[in-house]
Amino acid sequence: MLLRERFWSADSPLHRLDARVKLIATLLVMLGILSTPEGAWPAYPLLWALLASLAIVGELGVGRMARWGAVSLPFALAAVPLVFTVPGDPVVTVAGLTVTDAGLSRFITILLKSWLAAQAALLLTMTTPFTELLAALGALGLPPSLRLIIGLMYRYLTILMDEAQCLLRARAARSGTAEQGKTGGRLVWRAQVAGGMVGNLFLRSYERSERVYAAMLARGYGRRETAMPRQPLPRRDVLLGSIPVVVVVSIQFLARVWLSR
Amino acid sequence: MDHAAIEIANLSFRYPDGHLALDDISLHIAPGEKVALVGPNGSGKSTLLLHLNGVLRAQSGTVVVEGEPLTDATIGRIRAWIGMTFQNPDDQLFSPRVRQDVAFGPLHMGLQEAEVDARVTQALAAVGLSDFADRISFHLSVGEKKRVALATVLSMAPRILVLDEPTSGLDPRARRSLIELLKTFTDKTIVVSTHDIRLAYELCSRAVVLDSGRVVADGPAERLLTDADLMERHGLETPW
Amino acid sequence: MFGPFLALHIPDGFLDIPVSLVGWLLAVMFIGIALREMRPAEREVPLIGTLAAFIFAAQMINFPVAGGTSGHLIGGTLAAILLGPWAAAIVMTCVVAIQALIFQDGGLIVMGFNLVNMAIITPFVGYAVYHWGRKLLTHSTRGWLVAAAVGAWASVVAAAAACALQLAVSGTSALKVVLPAMLGVHAVIGLGEALITVGALAFIQQTRPDLVDPEAPVPARGSSWIAAGLAVALVVTLLSPLASASPDGLERVAEDQGFLETARDAPYEIIPDYLIPAIDNEAVATIAAGVIGVAVVATVGYGTAALRKRRDSRAAQ
Repeated sequence: MLLRERFWSADSPLHRLDARVKLIATLLVMLGILSTPEGAWPAYPLLWALLASLAIVGELGVGRMARWGAVSLPFALAAVPLVFTVPGDPVVTVAGLTVTDAGLSRFITILLKSWLAAQAALLLTMTTPFTELLAALGALGLPPSLRLIIGLMYRYLTILMDEAQCLLRARAARSGTAEQGKTGGRLVWRAQVAGGMVGNLFLRSYERSERVYAAMLARGYGRRETAMPRQPLPRRDVLLGSIPVVVVVSIQFLARVWLSR
Repeated sequence: MDHAAIEIANLSFRYPDGHLALDDISLHIAPGEKVALVGPNGSGKSTLLLHLNGVLRAQSGTVVVEGEPLTDATIGRIRAWIGMTFQNPDDQLFSPRVRQDVAFGPLHMGLQEAEVDARVTQALAAVGLSDFADRISFHLSVGEKKRVALATVLSMAPRILVLDEPTSGLDPRARRSLIELLKTFTDKTIVVSTHDIRLAYELCSRAVVLDSGRVVADGPAERLLTDADLMERHGLETPW
Repeated sequence: MFGPFLALHIPDGFLDIPVSLVGWLLAVMFIGIALREMRPAEREVPLIGTLAAFIFAAQMINFPVAGGTSGHLIGGTLAAILLGPWAAAIVMTCVVAIQALIFQDGGLIVMGFNLVNMAIITPFVGYAVYHWGRKLLTHSTRGWLVAAAVGAWASVVAAAAACALQLAVSGTSALKVVLPAMLGVHAVIGLGEALITVGALAFIQQTRPDLVDPEAPVPARGSSWIAAGLAVALVVTLLSPLASASPDGLERVAEDQGFLETARDAPYEIIPDYLIPAIDNEAVATIAAGVIGVAVVATVGYGTAALRKRRDSRAAQ
């Protein structure tokens, strides 16, 4: 699956906000969105308004964020059966199966929550370069070894992806068909070739890792504990970051009040 | 044969990130011609080559190979007519043994086993590696790998060879023997994209200079490649 | 069309919050153990980092099957056979994490169970089947490849089953629909995984036999952890409906027993209806919320633009 990197470069207040604050705020906002009680329909436009406002502040493009947020929605196909299986009042009958109002409500709720939560996550990933995000995770408790490993992976990701793409192109270049005959070769053979490409990538990565290790040693890896300077969370950023959280909590509270009427 | 080997008309291509790699390129290559494609890094040489066998598809303009326009229907046959090698041989050898890599092309074309074996033997002989059939590709030297990569496309019996930086990374001896080898392919159309101006001068009769996605010069190699001014202006050097 | 059933990356919103938290607990537990079991020696770190990038790139390699579809690799079993299951778990964790964080493939809140499915289940199930399969097939020189193939296939099917279970428990899907669908589709996808895994192992074994030795004894380190962990995971997953907010099972019971009505009334009588009569109508309320929402966004947009203009003109002076 060829998805693109989601970082969107700009110089906005969101981009400048401390990554740790953004991370925590994002998770809290997402939890807030996901805990919207069933049937509280007015909450969704308000939640969207919050996210869209933040998108504007972050110079990310409301439409773009909405589009990217919808990328995973095809997964909703897995939830379609709900429309028929949740017990409730019948709405319409399709091909012998009855669509219930409760089922429809559940299905749409899942779609909305997923779309909104995805946009909240995008607010984080579009405004935070990965290295900053990784540092924030490290500061918030990610084990140092894991942090180092993910950092290395990120560093070599583009190189390895380029190599994979070159392998695919080289194979494509040799994937000709004869003037008249059949083409393609047997399935198992094609899979073997793909396996060979994977094996090729593996060996190059393995041998590369040995060079990486040597380079790391040369730079003092392992000799000293690399202690991260612990900077306190900037108070202004914490205050700004708590605004969306407060808004989401308020919307949730209002939703429950409204439902109970 | 009254049609061109390769006919490119008004080809343009823009990468997803917005970068315009090819800007209205037109090129006519006659059968049997030996053409050198030269230009600085980022000029669009590799992008242009990737259009010749449909790895990249033209966003505007046309590509016609051996009289056939490049479409979904013709792409399979065109890939058999064009043998393309890439700069890094490690990207092209994905079977454990040399024999299997050289056999990939003919096998994909659906040829019979006996025919495939014959082609493998011929291709390896053509690059001077007849004894290498059962060697492990991964362990070969760079020069040997480049030859095997060439063999993997020769086995498809292409009419056109397109080579992206064939001599890069080779030591002087390996480079010399590869140049001599390429000179033996007198009947094939050859397009070489390279920084090695000396190779271009020795092998090719025609040079096309590419810069910033446009053709800035197209003429006899002898004249263009020794034009110090022209070479300098486009980040290149003369052969000596 | 089959999109969602082909991917095991669950997006946010498709698992309940309580279920998601259970997933995170399991993931953190297993990964913590993996980090210790692996005892990341200095040498291991660059290897695992580069191989994580390798697995990510290897997932781009496909082979055409029929009619436009193609076979792919997840890589959990391959990693487990090459590195051992614990290191493979770390590798796959990195892959899943980066897929979610950078490429928006898989959610953040639900990442717990995505990690369980792709970073715990695939390497361990694959490795277990490979381990026992190899023992059974010692008489054949190709036996280990067959064991690897079956292991790779089984790992994909097991992960798909787990995914279906998690979706069902969250009330996102009916088990009787999603489980057969997931199993069916992934039984086929698993074949692609098996074939590519075997192809890769054959390549590696011929080129660098020191890295894959079919004869080498399998390290039993940590296998008791695996068994205990999987048992715990199974129990917890089966119990999570109790935590799940899914209204089908639990609320039905609560309603029947009369608990539900009382629970609803209590804290929210603060603002009586008559103060805001229009809000009583659901449609009106939703539309009103929508109008308010758009007004807010427009104000923010206008305000931000105005602020920016003022800042720019001040900078220009």
